[in-house]
Order: sequence, then C-alpha cells, then structure tokens
Amino acid sequence: MKVTVKIWRQKDSRSKGSFQTYPVDNISEEMSFFEMLDMLNESLVKQGEKPVAFDHDCREGICGTCGMFINGRAHGPISGITTCQLHMRRFNDGDTIVVEPWRAKAFPVIQDLVVDRTSFDRIMLSGGYISINSGGAPDANAIPISKISADIAMDGASCIGCGACVATCKNSSAMLFVSAKVSQFAVLPQGQVERKERVQNMVTSMDEEGFGNCTNTYACEAECPKEISVAHIARMNREFLKANLSG
Amino acid sequence: MGWMFDFLNSSIGKKIQMAITGVLLCLFLIIHLIGNLFLFAGPHAFNTYVETLSAVRPIVRSIELILTLIFLGHIFNGIRLIIANRQATSVKYAVNKARENSTIVSRTMGITGSVIFIFLAVHLSTIWYTFQLEHGGGKFFDIVMSNNIGFGNLIVTIFYMIAMFLLGFHLRHGFQSAFQTFGWNHTKYKSIIEVVAVFFWLILPVGFLMIPLYFGLLGGGN
Repeated sequence: MKVTVKIWRQKDSRSKGSFQTYPVDNISEEMSFFEMLDMLNESLVKQGEKPVAFDHDCREGICGTCGMFINGRAHGPISGITTCQLHMRRFNDGDTIVVEPWRAKAFPVIQDLVVDRTSFDRIMLSGGYISINSGGAPDANAIPISKISADIAMDGASCIGCGACVATCKNSSAMLFVSAKVSQFAVLPQGQVERKERVQNMVTSMDEEGFGNCTNTYACEAECPKEISVAHIARMNREFLKANLSG
Repeated sequence: MGWMFDFLNSSIGKKIQMAITGVLLCLFLIIHLIGNLFLFAGPHAFNTYVETLSAVRPIVRSIELILTLIFLGHIFNGIRLIIANRQATSVKYAVNKARENSTIVSRTMGITGSVIFIFLAVHLSTIWYTFQLEHGGGKFFDIVMSNNIGFGNLIVTIFYMIAMFLLGFHLRHGFQSAFQTFGWNHTKYKSIIEVVAVFFWLILPVGFLMIPLYFGLLGGGN
C-alpha cells in the first residue's frame, strides 16, 4: 500500500511548528503504524533530512510511552489500543493520514510528536504512594481484600499514564488519569493512611500543573487505551468532597 | 474559612458549585412550569394565579433574591470554567473527530448556556418587568399574549421556542452530569438518574415549549 502522511514537525519547544507532507510507499498491511514511521524515517535519513521524533518504548501496549493524535483520534481510529498496537491494515491504500502531537498546555511539545508529560510525574509525587512497614516481606494474603475492591483497584492501576485522556479532552483535563490513581489506593486497605491527603494533594497538583476542568463529556473514557471508566472520576469527586468536608 | 475558599476554587469545587446551582435551577423550572400551565386554563385562572403571587409579594421577593444568587453563581462559574479551560488548551488539532468520542450536547454547554442567558435577559426585561408594573387589574394573561412582547409577536414566539429547545439540550447533558460530579455514578443508581433525567431534559422543556407553540403559532387562546 501507499499512504501520504501529514506530520507535525517542530524543531524544539520554542520553535513554531508546521505540517509537512511525506509520501510513504511499499507498506505491507501487517506493518504496525510505527514500522511505517520507521520506514519514513529511514528514507528521511537517506535524504539527509532529520527523522520524525516520536515517543515509543515497549511497542506492545503496556508502557504508555507512545501517543499521538492520528486522523483526529487519540492513538488512532481504533478504540482500546495504544498507537504501537495500531496496524496499517486499519487504513486504505492511498489514504492521507494526519499525525499530530498531544495538544495541551500542560503537555508542551518538545520536538515533532514528542511532548513533555512530566506534569503527570509531579502529580504522582504529590500523592500517588502508600506507607508500608519496612522489614521482612509480609504474608501475601495477610490482609483480606474483597474481590470487588481488588477489581476496582486493578482497573485503576491499569492506567499506563499515556495522556490520551488529556489529549482528547476539549478542556485538557487530567481527571481520568488522576482519578484512576486516587481510586486504586482509596479502595484498598493499604491506601487508607494517606487517603484524605492523597486526593487533596493530587487534585491541587493537577490544578497547579495547568490542566483544565472536567465537564463530563466522557471523551476520555472513549479514547482511553485501557478503557478506564469515568466511574473513577465520580469516586474521586466523592473522595475529594469527603476529604474537604470532614475534619 | 481558608479551606472553604480553596475548596470552592479547586477544579472539583467549581464543578460541584456548577452542579448544585444547576440542580437547584432545575427545581425552579418545575415550579415555573406549574405556574405557566395555568395559561392553558384560560385568562381568569392565570390572572388569579399571578394575583395570588402578588398578594404574598415579600415571600416571592425573597425567593427571587435567592434565585438571582443561584443564577449568578451558575453563570459566573460557567464563565470562569470556560476561560480556565481555554487557557488549559494550547493549539487546536488540525483534525479532531470529537463526535466519535463524545456527544454534541456535552461539548456545547457554553453555547446553549449563552443562548439561555440571552433568553433570560429578554424574558426578565419584557414579561417579568411588565408584570411588576401591573397591580391587579387582571391584565397578566393579555401581557403574555400581547403583540409586542408576548406570543402575538412571531419573532418572540420563535425565539422562545428555540430557547426552550436549547434548554432541553443543556439539561440533556447537565442533569446527569451533576450527579457524576456529586460522585453518584454507580451501577445501582445510574438507571434511576437516567429515568429522572428524562423528566428534566425532555418533559420539562417540552412543557415550556408547548406555550409559545400553542398560543403563538397554533392560535390557541383566541
């Protein structure tokens, strides 16, 4: 197959970027989207041009490093996957594919398709941890946890921090990410020690990082590669309300 | 009191203010619609209803004051959210298929809200204001049907109908959204909220819309 890619090129965070159009030929349908970009980059290098910079690491949908806006959707047109899990068979021969970096004030573009997501790290530092006893390893089943709570916590923990929720949100809100992290600790006994401070600190940190305010459009849930539910946002709202109103 | 200020200014605090004022305004709409339905019972019934309200004016005025504060809270917070959210988003995407991940009603709350605000300003400065100048005399029904500010005027009729249609749009998203904000998103309650929401986003706006439709377009009441 042959496609035309229209990619956002930006030299560095201070430069003004623009779209560049490149034809890519001899693509097999079995190729991943990134293999297609790799092919493009090889040809760019041969021509003496700078390759397109994009974030990627595991290339199996579990690290959350990759992320780009493809034809108007976060991680491309298919729901429930990351960009690295997207294959060229999802496109048609002759298609023009528009590729843009995540757009949000709190995710400034570093170069081309690479954005700075350290704002997520700082939110995690503000409360995404638990206190545990040091010493010998505790018995694995010493603390009873209900199956329901374990499942909710696991759903929250499945967030890979890719930032698709922020990227797709019309308000650039980070509520789905932060709520998944608040949830995963709030429903487990291990998370009780910092329960109140955690939600307050993480919401404060989220606001300080310059993310927008959630208006419940639920676009985040629809675009999340791990299909994390907005029920976590409701839980965080509850947690935040309780933490603020109780003494 | 510092914690209260921080709480109300946080992103979730602003959402909660939006939700509480929104739900209270929904409750006001029920009362308002019940009053409006007297129009269908004829001039005498409607005039008697408004005169009864005039008789307890101090109570009505206190409620109106509270209502004004609720309205201002909802509008002020809405504007604040729109400005903050504009600041949080940087460059717009060249291609954005938002309709594939969210509903149009959820993305246009600012627009529908603004039209409803214009409607509110027009409604207060015409019908409500003229009502305040009347003391008895039983002219209230005639004011609503008048040719300048009432449903005798085709432009007024159509404007009222558009506003009520958009009110339905606004509440389609707003009502259930309030409960998500309160944290009541649970499989146990979700279906109950969805059923109650139909009353607010469909039945209530249709009830209001019936009035300009019946008296303005279909020539009812003559």
